[in-house]
Amino acid sequence: MKGGIMKTKIQDLIIFGLIRLAAYFVVFIIAYILIDIIVNGIGAINWEFLTTFPRRGGSEGGIFPAIVGTLYLVLLTIAIALPLGMASAIYLNEYAKQSRFNHIARLAIITLAGVPSIVFGLFGLGIFVIFLQFGTSILSGSLTLACMILPTIIVSSEEALKAVPIQFREASYALGATKWQTIRKNVLPYAIPGMLTGSILGIGRAAGETAPILFTAAAFFFPRLPGSLFDQVMALPYHLYVLATQHPGMDKVRPLQYGTAFVLISLVLGINIVAIFLRSYFLKKYKW
Amino acid sequence: MSSDTLNNEPAIKTHIPDSFEDGQGCTPNNIKISVKDLNFFYGIRQVLFDISLNIYDKKVTAFIGPSGCGKSTFLRTLNRMNDIIEGTRHNGDILIDGNDIYAEKVNLVELRKKVGMVFQRSNPFPKSVFENVAYGPRIHGIKNKSELDDIVEKSLKNAGLWEEVKDRLTSNALALSGGQQQRLCIARALAIDPEILLMDEPASALDPKSTTRVEDLISELKENYTIVIVTHSMQQAARVSDYTAFFYEGDLVEFDKTKKIFTMPAKKQTEDYITGRFG
Amino acid sequence: MWKEKAIKIFFTGAATTSIVVVGLIFLFLGKEAAPFIFSENVAKLFGTEWVPVSFEKEQFGVLPLITGSFLVTFLAILFAVPFGVLSAVYLSEIATKTEQEILKPLIELLAGIPSVVIGFFGIIVLSPILKNTFGLESGLNAINGAILLALMATPTIITISDDAIRSVSTSYKQASIALGASKLQTIWRVVVPDALSGIIAAVMLGIGRVIGETMTVLMVTGNAAIITANPFDSVRTMTATIAAEMGEVPFGSDHYRVLFCIGIILLLITFGLNMIAQKVLRRRGV
Repeated sequence: MKGGIMKTKIQDLIIFGLIRLAAYFVVFIIAYILIDIIVNGIGAINWEFLTTFPRRGGSEGGIFPAIVGTLYLVLLTIAIALPLGMASAIYLNEYAKQSRFNHIARLAIITLAGVPSIVFGLFGLGIFVIFLQFGTSILSGSLTLACMILPTIIVSSEEALKAVPIQFREASYALGATKWQTIRKNVLPYAIPGMLTGSILGIGRAAGETAPILFTAAAFFFPRLPGSLFDQVMALPYHLYVLATQHPGMDKVRPLQYGTAFVLISLVLGINIVAIFLRSYFLKKYKW
Repeated sequence: MSSDTLNNEPAIKTHIPDSFEDGQGCTPNNIKISVKDLNFFYGIRQVLFDISLNIYDKKVTAFIGPSGCGKSTFLRTLNRMNDIIEGTRHNGDILIDGNDIYAEKVNLVELRKKVGMVFQRSNPFPKSVFENVAYGPRIHGIKNKSELDDIVEKSLKNAGLWEEVKDRLTSNALALSGGQQQRLCIARALAIDPEILLMDEPASALDPKSTTRVEDLISELKENYTIVIVTHSMQQAARVSDYTAFFYEGDLVEFDKTKKIFTMPAKKQTEDYITGRFG
Repeated sequence: MWKEKAIKIFFTGAATTSIVVVGLIFLFLGKEAAPFIFSENVAKLFGTEWVPVSFEKEQFGVLPLITGSFLVTFLAILFAVPFGVLSAVYLSEIATKTEQEILKPLIELLAGIPSVVIGFFGIIVLSPILKNTFGLESGLNAINGAILLALMATPTIITISDDAIRSVSTSYKQASIALGASKLQTIWRVVVPDALSGIIAAVMLGIGRVIGETMTVLMVTGNAAIITANPFDSVRTMTATIAAEMGEVPFGSDHYRVLFCIGIILLLITFGLNMIAQKVLRRRGV
């Protein structure tokens, strides 16, 4: 009997060890990828790389226009998706919680969240580039990216709204405030930090995506910085894709590839880390 | 305290006491709120059954009964706070100063200005003491700083809190003690100059000393306001109220002068409840 | 009061956006694909060869692309499910508080790495490893894509399974332990079965993520449009086909429209997976 217990215990320990191994293996690979990119990429980073245009088909020079292009795309995407997403969340959480319309809207959000990014690319091509004749442009790309990150923004904004205690609303109504007064003065001030930090995660995704901008915005080379919303742009993820797969001297431009990957990852993970950090900060600050 | 003799009164659902010995009586003139045959539903579940009672001007009326008996729901029908919960409906009438508050043309903002409310858990906003009290007046369009200052000071004085907070009007209300927070919520409700004050278990989360302060405050406030208080504590009802309504499972079992309810209840159920046999 | 109404209308309008976008996605994909679908050429879709550009006869058989997607997805899920579920079990049942606080953000970070960077890693690091280990001509093949996609699906699977496992009532676990079951027995016999529907939903959503992933597979699977079940063969997925070819097709050509048809197939597959997963999750009441 005693031996049996010992045997079970040892068995348990071994299996626990295996489970732990599985979990740590996943983390190990993440760390491996990050370290590989950082170690190899950091050497390629210098002032010239960050601030000059590419030369000779990307074999030399820098990635300045790709950095600027990605920033333009991201900023315009935010400007479109953030207000829309936050307003949607306000409607869903504050106005009609049980209605049929609410149910359909939620279904749409879930569906949208599952649409593959390349399908967003096709959609953007069909509607923005061709039908609305925005052409391959920052505008088309940002609109496409905005559609893609809308569900992330809505869901995280709704969570932030849900975290504001119902009592704040009740007390405000009881003082004779209207719905909008209550939302504006007594819900949003406490929800907005959370809405923003949650949304940043979606924005990080927009910065790193390639498929949606392939046919809607991205150019491998564009000789100047974009001057209007209707210009094509270079973008970091697309630049990396081309350097890594389409470039004739792929192995020779390896440092440039790593450098681009490093800048892209710094940008995207930088955005994410800021979001994760801010979230824990606000969680501590706003305790009711 | 036998109630046998009183049990065979006719089974009508009106519980409006029609005369009182001490002469303070109740002519229709000093009826502030009149409720007639009120039924209330959450979805398909009925939670209030044929409630009829009158609430008298500048008196304290207490609602007592075990949890889930509908007393809080009933309180919240008086300023239509239940409207913000989806799927609720009612029938019957609630008149305040003779006007039907559920009538089509009623302005909710005006109604809630007239009928202030203090909640069970003190719920100051995470703003400064000043901003908490000024919230209501600001909502109703008062922008003038000195006017706001006056309202805030007066409301805090009325709530008996002025002396304690006058030097820290700008500090966060959440830094106040529990009892102070609840009096702040009372001040916040007073700042919109209501005529009626609804209190939903205002002292249930407070320590005995703070409770006494709030109860004293209620006694002072009834000089100027009609007060309706929901309470778990029968002692509290006995101490602060002039009238008491006993609810049980959505029925208004008995409504009368507090003194009578606690000394000579007409119904067996009431007697059982106040003597602690159930609930 | 008119102001309140105007504001409500504004917010309702904003909330309508998602519904409108979903509608427009179906509409515009359909619009671009329709002329082909309703022509006599539609039969070509069911062919077994994908030769979209040819001087003799163009072939638009999507079968190799579908099997390519399925092969990569199947292999990826084969890797991702054990690691994902075991990691979720570890995080929710075994790991200490500190471990959780370190591991969870790291896994969230993984979800944030752009797919093009993962693909780049696949070309530079994983491909030579596969090539040398198995003595292949090229390391760009189905298994390379599957490994990377498994990695990308893992955060989805971990997060949702973790939620499901955490929602198992403690009283079940305590009852099991009170009956003398070991912690491991409790996990296998009580916790995992109870969380199973949530875990299934997690796997569904993981499959959705994998089948729709584009850049990584485009970069590492070699892109040969052949029907094969060999993980070491080069394959071409539906997503990669769209991404690689849409940039060069003449607008309005059959090839162009067929790419939209493939988009619709993808959309329907992910939509179906998503709906099933939501049904499963809703039944759990998560």
